[in-house]
Order: sequence, then C-alpha cells, then structure tokens
Amino acid sequence: MTPRGWDGFPRLLHAEWTKFRTVRGWTLGVVTAALMVVLVAVLAGVSSDQRDRPVVPIGPDGGPVTDSFYFVHRPLTRDGSITVSVSALTSSIPTSPGNLRRDTVPWAKAGLIIKDGTRQGSPYAAIMVTGGHGVRMQDDYVNDTADPSGESPRWLRLDRSGNAVTGSTSTDGTRWNTVGTVHVEGLGSTVQGGLFVASPPSVQGMGTDVTVSTADFEDLDTRSGWHGRDWTGDQVGPESAGFAGYPVGTSGSVTESDGRFTVTGAGDIAPAVRYSLPTGGTLKDILTGTFAALIAVIVIGALFITTEYRGRLIHVTLAASPRRGRVLLAKAVVLGSVTAAAGVVGATIALPLGERLARANGVYIFPATTSTQLRIVLGTAALLATASILALAVGAVVRRSAGAVTAVVVALVLPHLLIANPFTPSGLSDWLARVTPAAAFSVQQTLVRYDQVSSVYTPYNGYYPLAPWAGYAVLAGYAVLGLAVAVVVLRRRDA
Amino acid sequence: MRSTPTHPEVVVAGLRKRYGTTLALDGMSFTVRPGLVTGFIGPNGAGKSTTMRVVLGLDAVDEGTALVGGTPYRDLRNPLSHVGSLLDASAPHPARSARDHLLWLAHSQGLGASRVDQVVERVGLTSAARRKAGGYSLGMRQRLGIAAALLGDPPIILLDEPFNGMDPEGIIWMRGFLRSLAEQGRAVLVSSHLMSEVQDTADHLVVVGRGKVVADAGVADLIAAASGNRVAVRTAARPEAMALLSHAGATVAASGRDTVTVSGLTADHVVTLLNRGAIPFSEVFAHRATLEEAYLELTRDAVEFRATSPEEVSR
Repeated sequence: MTPRGWDGFPRLLHAEWTKFRTVRGWTLGVVTAALMVVLVAVLAGVSSDQRDRPVVPIGPDGGPVTDSFYFVHRPLTRDGSITVSVSALTSSIPTSPGNLRRDTVPWAKAGLIIKDGTRQGSPYAAIMVTGGHGVRMQDDYVNDTADPSGESPRWLRLDRSGNAVTGSTSTDGTRWNTVGTVHVEGLGSTVQGGLFVASPPSVQGMGTDVTVSTADFEDLDTRSGWHGRDWTGDQVGPESAGFAGYPVGTSGSVTESDGRFTVTGAGDIAPAVRYSLPTGGTLKDILTGTFAALIAVIVIGALFITTEYRGRLIHVTLAASPRRGRVLLAKAVVLGSVTAAAGVVGATIALPLGERLARANGVYIFPATTSTQLRIVLGTAALLATASILALAVGAVVRRSAGAVTAVVVALVLPHLLIANPFTPSGLSDWLARVTPAAAFSVQQTLVRYDQVSSVYTPYNGYYPLAPWAGYAVLAGYAVLGLAVAVVVLRRRDA
Repeated sequence: MRSTPTHPEVVVAGLRKRYGTTLALDGMSFTVRPGLVTGFIGPNGAGKSTTMRVVLGLDAVDEGTALVGGTPYRDLRNPLSHVGSLLDASAPHPARSARDHLLWLAHSQGLGASRVDQVVERVGLTSAARRKAGGYSLGMRQRLGIAAALLGDPPIILLDEPFNGMDPEGIIWMRGFLRSLAEQGRAVLVSSHLMSEVQDTADHLVVVGRGKVVADAGVADLIAAASGNRVAVRTAARPEAMALLSHAGATVAASGRDTVTVSGLTADHVVTLLNRGAIPFSEVFAHRATLEEAYLELTRDAVEFRATSPEEVSR
C-alpha cells in the first residue's frame, strides 16, 4: 500500500479545534489555568513583606553573594606582591552551644586576598588553602581554579599588576608554580590586601551548621606598593559575630607573635545559594500557580477524549475520519497549542508582575537573565501542553475521565507535591525529580549549583538534578510513549 | 480510492465476529440496494448494530467483508460524502449546541457552515439549533443524528434505530423522509427491532436473528411466503369443524374464539367437507399473515428463509 498524503490533516485540525472551542467548560478551563498562574503570582507578591531585611550583597556580575570573613589587611596602591606560608588550618563545628568539636570543613579557606576595599560584594582575587579541596585560586565570587601542581604546597603568593592578579604556589618558598592570572575589573588604584580566613556552614543532613576555622600564617612578606607596617584585623560583613556566622562563644580574631599570625574566621566568600539566602525568592516561587494550572489542563486533556466515549461520540468522529492515529494526533496538536498559549500568556504576565510586587515589598528575587526568563515562559507553556497531551493519551487508553485524571495526577502532581515538601528525604526527591514526569518542573529553575559551595541542593530549595530542558524531556518522553501506546490501542480496538 | 457513484451499494458478505464466548455475527450476508429503503429487522442482540459498526469500519470482524460502493469504508476519503450514518442518538456532547456539533463534523469533511444550516433546516431543527444538545429530547437527538448523516449528501445512508424515542408525529415525518431519500436514488438501510416501525416504509426487508440473516426478501414476498396455503374458517361449531377437518387429513389450529386455521386443504375442499358434514360456517377465506406474524415466526425459529426458494417454506 502506498502511503497517502497528509492533505486531509488540516481539516482534521480544524474539526478538532471547532470541537474544543465549542465546549464552554474547556475554553473557560484553559483561561482559568492562565489566570491561576497570574493570580498566585500576584498573591505571592502582595502578601510578602521583607522591607526590614538586611541588604543582600551583590557581586560584580550582579548576582547575590556571601561576603563575610575575617580580614587582616593593609592598603596597596597599584602594583605589588604578597607571600605567606600557611602552616596549619583547623576547623570546628559546635556540638551544643559553647561546645566545639574538631572536624573537617572541606571549603574552609585560609590564604591571601586582594580586594577593592572591605565593602561586601566588592571585586577581589584570592589564593587559599582549603580544608578538603587543596589549594584554589578564586576571584569575583563565582570563579574557582584548582592548583594544577598536584602537590600540597604551603606557600602562597599573589602578584598584582594593574587589574591582573597572578596566584602562585610553592612547596619550599623558592620554586614557584603559577596557578593562574585573573583580570579583576573594578579594582581601584588603592586596594586592601592581606590574610583571610573563612569557614562556611557545614552541610549536616537536610540542614547546615555554622563552623569556625583558625589558621597559622608564617613568613609574611610584601613587596612594593604597600602602605605602612601595621596590619588591621576586620570582620567583613555583619559586625555581630552571630550574624557573621560564628558559632556561639566564638568570634573573628588575629594575634601575632614572632612574625606568626594566628587568624580565626567564619563565613564565606562565595556566590549566594538558596540556603545562604533563605529569604530570597525565585521566579519559580512566583510561578507556583503553575501547579493549579497543571491540574486544570490535565482534566481538560483527559476530558477531550474521554467524553467522546461517554456518549459514543467517538463513533461519529471515527466514521468521519477513519484514520485513527491522525485523529489522536490532531487532538494532541489542538490541545497542546491551546494549553501552551495559556502557559505563555499566564507566565508572561505573571513573571514581571509578581517580581515587581515582590520587590516592592522588599523581597530579594534571585536574578535571571532575559534568556533564562524566556526559557521559563516557554518551559512553563511546554510543561502545561505536554502534561495535557499525556492526559489525552492516558484518556484514550483507559476511556474513563476519572481513571485518566487520577493516573496523570498520581504520575505528575503527586511527585511534585513530594518534591515540594521539605520533609521528603533528599535522595527520594532527587530520584523523583529525575524519573517521574515532575522532572519537567526543572524548566522553571533559576538557581545555579556551585561546586565550590557546599549547600543543601535539593529540588525543594530550587535545585533540580536535571538541566531545565533535560527535565522537560523526561515528561515529553512519557507523553510520546503514552501517545504511541494510545495510537496502537485505538487502531486495534473496536471503537 | 474513489467509490463509483453509479454503484451506491452496501455489500456485506460472510461477517463473523465473536466476543468472548458469544457469537455476535455468524455469517451475516446481505446487500443494500440504491433507490430502496431496506428494513434491517431483528430482535435486540441479533447483530444489527454490530453489523452497522463493521460496515463503518468501527469494529473489526474475524471473517468476512463489508464494502460500500465497492470499497472498504476505512479507505474512503471524506467518507461522509459516500456514507451517512446514525448509530447513537446520544453521541453529541451535551454541552455543545446542535449547530456546533454539525459544524465540527462539516469541518472534518472540508464543508462549511452553510451546509450545516441546510441540513438543520431539512430535519426541522432550525429553531433549536443553537441550544445545547444535552437539553434535547430523544426525538430531537434523532433528528440531529439524521442531519449529521445528511451532511455530506451521501448516496448511502445507514440509520440504527432512528425511530427510538420519536413521538407519533416524528415517526410519520421519519417515514416520509426515508421514502424521499430512497426516491432520490439513495440506498437506505434502517434498523429496528419492531416490524411495525418499518413495515409501511421499507421496500425490502433483511430479517436477522442470532447473528445471521433469516430472511432477505421484498415485503410482499415475505407476507405471501409467511401466509402459506392456509385457509381460515369462521364457524359457530368450532370443535365439530376441527374434528371433521383433521379427520380429512388437514392440520388444524384454533386461531380465535370462532375461527379455525387449516393447512393442507384448499378452500374449495374445505367448503365441500363442511357442507357434507352439515357443519354451519359463516365464512371461508385464504389466510393472510401480517408482517408482524411473519417476523415473529422467523425470528423465533431462526429458520433459514429466502424468497428466491419459496418451496423451502411451504413444506
């Protein structure tokens, strides 16, 4: 048999579109889905109130940062270099208020830093010994380079030449290996440079504990450009030890004897993550109404086919268009287009509106680039469209409204609820966000996971295990599979 | 690909279909010819609806073929311009208006709204066309189903139980309507489980029972065959008459308080015998069966019966 053309398909699309738009409940349902997205965004924006929150430090690239550490510094004008050897780095975690236990804090940092002043979020470059990740060179919060030498050097050096800062390491203080040269935009002619110690919170199960670290520095040497002789010890960030992230009973300090500096510090110099900025909101939070819209489009998707079985309208449909696979495909195209349009309209209105209202109430919203925002809008539309097509496919197979809606809700909404529950074990929620159709909610994520920041990266906190479109592909896979099964069943079964 | 409009026939041959242990179709074979209303008669469960679904490509069969205009239905392009059908009056979505129901159907065939308005008027639903089908009476839904069947102006029309739920006025309208469709040269198949609904309308009858055809004949032939060579006698002395006639070798049955049905003797012979026995009678006439009787007899016994071989029946 020769394959016939698809020239009848536009008619089929026209027919199914007429079918869809002439049942008022369905068109109202789609409009309601879009309104849900907008309404929840408005409610979230209006009801939030964080006008008294502390200012979130912003890094050179516009992203939020954590910038809180103990700094032993002197001014440096123009070019100069600084060398030191780190002889010890120890960290502690509190077991109860006032009691500390020695422990490894992998990202505890002790080393040299050149920074454009002590203002939080200012540009910097640093080289450091860490608790568990060897020697690193970092700059401007998000950039991180490992020492490539593979040895375990104790000597660190920073050379500044204009905006270029070069980090080097040595095992003996004479033979030096270059780790890297970074160009730090925005370094003033006079900057602050010196020793620093930071000790980020340590991940303990589903939460974090504050930590404190102490390092011993020897052989401190500065060349050209440095002012004065006296080193000043300062806490960068909140002045109160509690707010700066110190365990109860500890605080930042520096002592010197015979050229040996002992520095104690807490906090971190790093990009902010959800856990270090818990009051921050995300665009995904603004689009929480997607969840309600999802249920609406699932019900509509299932009814679009199951109602044909209730009164045997399917007989009329298939007598008019005997090519059954194409009938289902036409339904999927119409349904997908309509629900995608609802998603685009809802998200396009909800995002800027919710963001503006939340900002007006003092809420910090994690920033997203224009292309990320576009991805969220299109991803939300694709999520709604694909979920409704999945419901259509399941409806075609089971032929019962209640059964189809229940099946898709269990497959998609239930995992999403479990993921959105803070008490779900992270292993389970990670698994759910990889293998169930709920993985597609990753299209709304804006938060970025940083290797150099240990934190609680769970879907609940906005970190999905799969990349946005990879997560969507999981849902799309289920929908394509469902549609294929539905076509086969529809063809083989008596109508 | 295209069915030839000169042969708007439905040819059903040897359909066999089993649902689990039930044999729904057991060699169903018949032809629906143009220009005639063919009544498709049989008790509920005889396989009428299944046959229609098979013709429309909705149900598959284990054996046999069903062709419309020489083509399997599933191979038709714009099938509604070849075959119009009404299977379930409750098919339209209750929230959709009658007009919108016909509109999507028209769009599926590349037809426009003006054709919808034509068929709506043809079945007399114009004033109710914009109301939701959920509020329609069964009779109105039947009219809507007929409108849908007419949409593509097809030469073949299949209607499953279109009289169900119709009021007397609707039934009269439907009869005239079916006649007019046949007079336009269309092949019309109308199923019913009640002979009375189609006996005055149909030209030809296909009587089915237990999944197969038990009679396939013109209406007049069927009545003649069912009547047999029987004679009816009206007499005040019924027991005496029955004794006398059975003694003479006839098969005799009491068919009323004062009537006797006799087979095996001619009317002349019966009169002679009654006169000779001095049994009073008021009337002797050839018995003429009603179509209903013929139907009941056929479907009760499920006897193989064909008008082309009448000798089989007059045993």
